Amino acid sequence: MRKALSFDIRAYGLIIALAFIALLFTLLTDGDFLSSRNLSNLFRQMSVISILAIGMTLVIITGHIDLSVGSLAGLTGGMAAILQVWFGWDTGWVLLLALLAGLLLGGWQGWWVAYRGIPSFIVTLGGMLIFRGILIGISKGETVAPLEASFQRIGQSYLPYAAGYILAGIVILFLFLLTARKRKKRREWGLKLEEPVVSYGKAAVYSLLIMLFAYMMNRYLGIPVPILLVLLLLLVFGFVLNRTRFGRYLYAIGGNSEAAKYSGINVKRHTFAVFVIMGLLSALAGLILTARLNAATVGAGQMYELDAIAACVIGGTSLKGGTGSVTGSLIGALVMTSLDNGMSMMDIDAFWQYIVKGLILILAVWWDLSSEPGGEGA
Amino acid sequence: MRSPPAGGRTVYALEMVGITKEFPGTRALDRVSFSVEQGTIHAVIGENGAGKSTLMKILSGVYPAETYEGTIRIGGKEVRFRTPRDAEAAGIAVIHQELSLVREMAVNENLFLGAEPRKYGMIDREAIYVQTKKWLDFFGLDLDPETKVGSLGIGQQQLIEIAKAHSKESSIIILDEPTSALSEEEVRRLMEILRELRRKGVTCLYISHKLSEVMALADAATVLRDGKAVGTFPVGELTEEKIISLMVGRTVADLYPSRKDPRDETVLEVRGFSVFHPVRSEKRVVCDVSFSLRKGEVLGVAGLMGAGRTELFSGLFGAYGGRTEGEVLLEGKKITLRHPGEAIRRGIVYLSEDRKRYGLFLDMEVKKNLSMASLDRWVKCGIVDEERELREAERQAARMRVKMADIEMKIRGLSGGNQQKVLLGKSLLARPKVLILDEPTRGVDIGAKADIYQIIGELTAEGVAVVLISSDLPEVLGMSDRILVMAEGRVAGELARGEATQEKIMACVTGGGTFA
Repeated sequence: MRKALSFDIRAYGLIIALAFIALLFTLLTDGDFLSSRNLSNLFRQMSVISILAIGMTLVIITGHIDLSVGSLAGLTGGMAAILQVWFGWDTGWVLLLALLAGLLLGGWQGWWVAYRGIPSFIVTLGGMLIFRGILIGISKGETVAPLEASFQRIGQSYLPYAAGYILAGIVILFLFLLTARKRKKRREWGLKLEEPVVSYGKAAVYSLLIMLFAYMMNRYLGIPVPILLVLLLLLVFGFVLNRTRFGRYLYAIGGNSEAAKYSGINVKRHTFAVFVIMGLLSALAGLILTARLNAATVGAGQMYELDAIAACVIGGTSLKGGTGSVTGSLIGALVMTSLDNGMSMMDIDAFWQYIVKGLILILAVWWDLSSEPGGEGA
Repeated sequence: MRSPPAGGRTVYALEMVGITKEFPGTRALDRVSFSVEQGTIHAVIGENGAGKSTLMKILSGVYPAETYEGTIRIGGKEVRFRTPRDAEAAGIAVIHQELSLVREMAVNENLFLGAEPRKYGMIDREAIYVQTKKWLDFFGLDLDPETKVGSLGIGQQQLIEIAKAHSKESSIIILDEPTSALSEEEVRRLMEILRELRRKGVTCLYISHKLSEVMALADAATVLRDGKAVGTFPVGELTEEKIISLMVGRTVADLYPSRKDPRDETVLEVRGFSVFHPVRSEKRVVCDVSFSLRKGEVLGVAGLMGAGRTELFSGLFGAYGGRTEGEVLLEGKKITLRHPGEAIRRGIVYLSEDRKRYGLFLDMEVKKNLSMASLDRWVKCGIVDEERELREAERQAARMRVKMADIEMKIRGLSGGNQQKVLLGKSLLARPKVLILDEPTRGVDIGAKADIYQIIGELTAEGVAVVLISSDLPEVLGMSDRILVMAEGRVAGELARGEATQEKIMACVTGGGTFA
């Protein structure tokens, strides 16, 4: 009983914190914070960090870190802009090449970490400098703009109203079907079962949130495409982590890499793969960033790695490896972006924003540690 | 040191009166009372989960005085510890199962860590060096005080830990399973040292599963069962059988199961196998070893620590860092194993001696720990079939008689013996043809031990070949069809079931040095 309760506090603490932040800013901005227009902005704003945070969750679960994602996003976004603006490439080819570049550069880092045994902190710290250097070199320090409309659309377009509602409806339907299926299976397998009120209650609350989300977005311009992409990635990687062998092995490697090796897991190959995925996601984030700004700058993506790591940590992913979830990281990203957005709306000086975000990060981890069931003694 | 009692009345170094400690849902200790005479070695024995560690944590101040009921008296004076430092100040030193030395520091730095002698406010390195040398000599350790602790074997580290406790002039030393990682030779050395400390008036609380050691060493023994003290007895009044029945509350009739003779089919043959050091790649840690293994056979592997047993078999398994050389034939076919994954797929499974480091995923559920080495069997298109996983894991846990709340609890919460059973179950789920068990009963209580022997017996009846690496000679003798004795990286002798005795094995072990 006590255990169940403390687990709940841990899981929902983040949501409560988020609600508190939203309430605070809403009061301080006379309700502007929760306006459709601002929420739409906020979600578009968070999409880049969210994609990085999803990849970072995988990296951290495996027991590593990637400090190069901001530079890599900047570089791949910059490459894409240069190919299109200076060399006139079609959007399709540009995107493909940028993603491929992300994949290869991620693989390059993964090779050093997995097969040469260099700590990921060092490899990616190197990568952070190298990628930024290449970006400055190839762009000659200039801002590259403007992009074709087809490119801009990745970061700036919206789903038509009707499509948004239909999609929300489909998701809700699936949510209830999945809940029912899971209950049925757990009953068949003789596992502990929640009360039906609790399971379906949760599904109902989520449905309400989904509907509210669709409604709020549609009151402005519709659901932004980048956030849709984020939600899709959330589903994919949530599934990968929870249900696939690959995901299971990542937790195992991060939890105890020696034991993973003795269990017959190819630790090196999996570590390599994680960095390849991170590279690919960094490139995707870079493309969205470039598309949203309709320009590539030499400073694009700077410090994003730290925001992504902070999002993971706030979301309950332990830097020791072996634990964490993409959902948590996404909520973490939402917390970070809300702070940015809210404080900007209130015209708080940038220096305060840094200080507040730094403090929140420390508090979040402290709270997480102190509410851990059993603590250290167990 | 306190002076001897005046007037003939016994002075107790330590008295525990009515100690009760509750955790949510369980009562770990239930009115435990016993007294330890000054200058004696007092054993505390009991199965895992009987309350030994809780008792220790109370005595060492890990659980503050407010969190339990009862009284502790040291030298007749009541004490209340709030922190481990309080206990230390009262003269209590604890030698943990997991050693608390800093591996990256030298022996002398470790000995005086936190209590460095100072001169003009600076650490007096010379004094440290000289005093360390003195302690090392006293413990019969021929070591340079500047040696890094991490480069020493576990046995030597343990002695240094005891030296550290003694150098602080502790009057009560608590040893928690001190011999679980030691070879026979090191155990003998440790026992000598403890007897020497006893002569000097130090009181030792000796917590152990190994009844033979308790019988040989202790003056008195307190038996714990399910959080209650069954009683305290002078060792002279006890026999091993009596202790076991007191511990488990029933008699364990036959520890080692009777088994049929192995079949004639050879399953594994190893010829001229060598393993090289991972860093100094020209150095051989295992040299030109050949042996064969039949279906249903138990091959015992005896030898001192550092004899190359673990290196040989983890090398065979593809998990040892260094290069290997030689021929391996599985069911007559030549194979090369570069990675544990390949070995497991071919049916060779190795269960490490160090379960925390090489076995357990502490933050994962029991279920996931069980299935980790055999996920391939119930994965479709990369997706885990969770129902089959659960079914197989549950069946295996039941077969291993794992005591747990439910299969979705984290393995961290299980006792050592049950964790070991889970790891054994995990190895079996991979369906081995050859199962290599490295010290499978180290740190495991007598009940779990009997279960593990029983399971090995069942496995061999099914035709699985088992390699049993063990420093516990009675276990090797009791379980093996054949015994391979290793010394200094080579095979020093092979003994058949009938002819093997402890003396013959020890003769092989120590004679190994003469091989060229």
